Amino acid sequence: MVTINGEALDVGGKTLAAYLTQAGYEQTRIAVERNGEIVPKAKYDETQLQEGDVVEVVRFVGGG
Amino acid sequence: MWGAADRYPSREEMRQTLVSRHGAELQTKLEGSTVAICGLGGLGSNLAIALARAGVGRLILLDFDQVDITNLNRQQYKVSQLGQDKTQALAENLREIAPYVSLTCHSVRVTEENLPALLQEADIICEAFDQPEAKAMLVNGVLETLPGKALVAASGMAGLGSPNAIRTRQVGKHFYLCGDEASDVAELGSLFAPQVMLCAAHQAQTVLRILAGEDKL
Repeated sequence: MVTINGEALDVGGKTLAAYLTQAGYEQTRIAVERNGEIVPKAKYDETQLQEGDVVEVVRFVGGG
Repeated sequence: MWGAADRYPSREEMRQTLVSRHGAELQTKLEGSTVAICGLGGLGSNLAIALARAGVGRLILLDFDQVDITNLNRQQYKVSQLGQDKTQALAENLREIAPYVSLTCHSVRVTEENLPALLQEADIICEAFDQPEAKAMLVNGVLETLPGKALVAASGMAGLGSPNAIRTRQVGKHFYLCGDEASDVAELGSLFAPQVMLCAAHQAQTVLRILAGEDKL
């Protein structure tokens, strides 16, 4: 299982890009930390989610 | 305006009033610190004022925009400043509050390319933009190119939701996020001064806590 925003999900083996698309995130409005480290946007396609990963996807909304 | 009979406060006098409240150790830390504020709208203008009042030594102010009549509902500008660059208008206002704060103004659009050079002198970087794409660009850019710098971002403060929905959470070791993370101005239509100020206050208080060494929430 992979923990994403506190929720255990069966997405081990998927790429981060595939997960983000499936979950409906707009890639221009997010930042992703994996095991405490930022995942560079250019690496979403090649980053494979591993069992036990802890992922935080921060979604930004408008206003300031 | 200060009356003709009054003295303008000296740098040392201003400093002593802060030392007497904060203690010399904390005030020395605050005045030795540099905080960058990216975006000088409802979040950034309030943040800058809070940090200047608290005695942070140097602020780097970044915004490409000018003061507009639609800003007056929540941003710390005045009718007399309409049309001025926000960096200059805010600097003017800060000078009346904290005359000896050191200000570095950049009237530019922050991009992936220029952000490392613009922000490298900051100890802490505050994201205070309004567009979600700009917020994401800055957060990704800072975390990727300036690792180790504390970053205090904001997302979700539009509408007339409960003030208690505004919170701060530590997303990563150096990455803090303030707001309710949901209330989007594109859906809710407007921003209200109190909720934006609350969010800016969360950011400012988080900055002060980090500078004081309280880096855990």
